[in-house]
Formats: sequence, structure tokens, C-alpha cells
Amino acid sequence: MSDKPKFAMYWAASCGGCEIAVLNIHEKILDVDANFDVVFWPVAMDAKYKDVEAMEDGSILLTLFNGGIRNDENEHIAKLLRRKSKLLVAFGSCANEGCIPGLANLSPVGEIVTTAFNTVSTDNPNQIYPRTSFDTPEGEIHIPTLYPRLKTLDQVVDVDYYMPGCPPESHQIAAVIDLVVQVLQGKAQLPPKGAVIGAGTSTVCDECKRTRHVKTITSFKRIFGQPIDPSLCLLEQGIPCNGIATRDGCNARCPSAGAQCIGCYGPAEGVVDYGARLITGFASVIESNDPDQIDRILDGIPDPTGQFYRFNLAGSLMKAGVSAWKKEKV
Amino acid sequence: MNNEQFEPTIIGFTCNWCSYRAADLAGTARMKYPPNIRLIRLMCSGRLDPTFVFKALTNGADGVMITGCHPGECHYLEQNYKALRRFHLIRRTLQGLGVEPNRVKLVWASAAEGAKFTNEVKSFVEEIRALGPLNWGGAGGNGHRVETQIPEEVPA
Repeated sequence: MSDKPKFAMYWAASCGGCEIAVLNIHEKILDVDANFDVVFWPVAMDAKYKDVEAMEDGSILLTLFNGGIRNDENEHIAKLLRRKSKLLVAFGSCANEGCIPGLANLSPVGEIVTTAFNTVSTDNPNQIYPRTSFDTPEGEIHIPTLYPRLKTLDQVVDVDYYMPGCPPESHQIAAVIDLVVQVLQGKAQLPPKGAVIGAGTSTVCDECKRTRHVKTITSFKRIFGQPIDPSLCLLEQGIPCNGIATRDGCNARCPSAGAQCIGCYGPAEGVVDYGARLITGFASVIESNDPDQIDRILDGIPDPTGQFYRFNLAGSLMKAGVSAWKKEKV
Repeated sequence: MNNEQFEPTIIGFTCNWCSYRAADLAGTARMKYPPNIRLIRLMCSGRLDPTFVFKALTNGADGVMITGCHPGECHYLEQNYKALRRFHLIRRTLQGLGVEPNRVKLVWASAAEGAKFTNEVKSFVEEIRALGPLNWGGAGGNGHRVETQIPEEVPA
């Protein structure tokens, strides 16, 4: 073991895209290796949980934690890494606000398990479902228990910094690693605890190059099936673009490429509830004062919950399904 | 819980220029309406951020009543229309989240309509009483909680 500061990365309920994004910083990854001793990173290297448990408390300098807390294993490791780390970063949308796995909060656990193990596309004639414990001749074995809903990292443990994005943009990760290296060399100071790092403080619209005018929307459309002006604001053209409430930091990647912002960088600075802010924005630009016509225009957003809370459901005020699934026993 | 004994907690957002004065008029005229509603005065129904509605519902409210000036009579020209559109979008979103959309109601009441205001409150309280408690987020409904509580885990 060298005396370099220690680095760890963990994935809980996530897709693994955050790990790819970290590796996608190209030669900067050599800086990570030069300045840090990677002690725990299940995707990249072999390590056992008991190795982490054996470490001294607070001995890991920087832990990037991606993924939400969906089962007891996730929670155990979140608490373990919190204890062992000086700086715990909620890395990526899942750890910050639930992201796509958080959308499962709209369904009870039983329904999720049935969908995974017994639907038309899954051949399961003997109705075999996973059990959390199972007796074998060698002893009882356990698999993690699903929780009734997905929690964000800071709903479970104390978080030092938040780094949004699905996944965080590679240039932002590189910038954050640069910052930490500079802090180690005494050339820079860490931002205050609880800060959002690796992102801007404004909205995606601020970075978007498309031209904007006063918005008057008479119908919402899908992005495909009609010509889209490549230089005009997408929302002005009736495409439900979430850029107006989404934190900047991605260089408006999707709108620049001709797709609407779907909100992966989470709420902009000061926004309490992302979906509520979008409701405010969308409702303000609809050009109608007639209740029936408003209803017809809003039919253009067939799934408002998915539109407004695609990345943010578990971290939103309503959190989805809390009271309904609390009573559930599967 | 027996629905007849259930007393809903309702948050009412009122506009300074009309519905708040309608509530005032109801008070000075000694009109009676159920004490289940807690009124919050805004300068305009257009000030109503949907965050307020979601926060009320997650912090123990069983229903939210949004009130404003009649269409065309807004003190700020047309902000009540914005409230109308937000109201529609809030209801659609709540439906997706599994909350009965009827827990949010929009009422137009001018400063002279104290009687209409009391009647709307009365009927809304009965509608919410029929729907039963929302009890979203396990909050106690004492109106003072800021953070919602995360429920205990149950095994899958």
C-alpha cells in the first residue's frame, strides 16, 4: 500500500453508465492513478466488502457513489462507505435524485418482481421467484432484500457533495478531479459542504445556442414526424423541452443535437421541486385561456409524471408511492 | 378510519384582491364554514407555485384549494389564467403519481362572494372527507413539519 490518498467508487441501483463516464475522461484517468490509490471499485477491480470493513474509519479520501438505494445491500455499503470516507460524493443522477430506477417508485415491489420474473416475455412456468434466504447443504445463503421504494443517497446517509448528470459529462468529471488534485497540492480550496460540483448554477437554456422569442404554444408535439427548425428554441416549436428548469453544465448537448432536454442534470439552483418548476413554466407559455382548449393542448403531454419527473421522482417532494407502498407486504 | 370522524386538513391559497376578501366578508358577515381549511394569502393566484401544492400534500394536507379572481378580472391582467393552466397540469401530474386529482380544487371568488366562498369550502371539505386521509409521506399533518419522513422498510 502506498501513502497516496485513497479513492473508491461504488455502484448501487444504477446502470453502470457513470463508471463508463469516469473511464471516458481519457488520459485524465492517469491523473487519478498518479494521485490516488484506488482501493475499492467493483467495476474496475477485485475487492471484497470485508476489505473495506477492515479499513480505518475516514481512511478513504474520496468516494464517488453512484446509484440509488434500492435494497439492503445498497444501504449497507452506503453506510459503510460513509463511515470510511472523508468526502462522499453523490455521483450521477441516481444517487442525487433517483433517476430512471427511481421511476419504479410508481409501482409496488410485487408488481416490479412480477414484471421481471413472470411476464409474457419471461418464460417462468414453475413460478420461480427469488427468495431472500435459501438453505443449502453448505449453509443458509442470502440475497439482498428489495425495499418498497428507491431512496436517493442523501435520504440514507450524509452526503458531502452532489455531482448531477446521467451520466455526469466527462469534461465535468475531469474538472472535478483536477480540483481535488489541486486541493491535495494546496493550490485550491474545497467548495462548502453540500455544494453541487461539476455543474453550473443556471439552466440549460443559458447554454443553449438556439434563438428564443416570446413563447406561445398552441400544441405540444413529439420530436419526430414533423420538420424541426434547427436554430429555433424547441419549446417555442411545441416540443416539450425540459431545459427551462434543468441545471446547466452539459453544454446543452441534447438541444444542440436536435433533441429536447429531458432533464438529466436535475433541478437548477434554488429549485425545490423540479417537476413543479416545469409545470409552472409549461403552463405559463400555453396560449389559451379556455379550459377545454387547455385540456386539449395538455393532451399533447400524454405522461406528465414521466415528462416532469423522469430523473427526479425519488428526489421530488412527492417521492411517489410513499403511503401506498408503506403498507404493502409482498 | 371511519370517514365520518375524519377531519381533513385543507390548505387554501387565496388571492389578496378577491378570494381573501371574500373570506374576510364571510367572517364579518358571520357566515359559517368548516374550520378544516387553513388559508394562506398570496398576492395573486398566479403566484401559486405548484411546489406549494406538492409541499402541502406531502406535509399532511389532505386537499388543496386554489382560489382566484374570476377570468378576466385579474388584478394583474391575466395571471389567474396561468393559475388555471397550472391547476390542470397539477391534476394530471397528481393522477400519474397515484393521488386523486380531486384533492386539488380551483375556485373563482370575487371580493363580494363571501357566500360562494363558504359554500365552496363546505362542499370541498365534504368531498375530501369522502376521499379519506391522504397521509402521504407519513407526515403527521400538524402543519409544522418541513421534512417528510421516509417510511420503515418492509421486506420484498
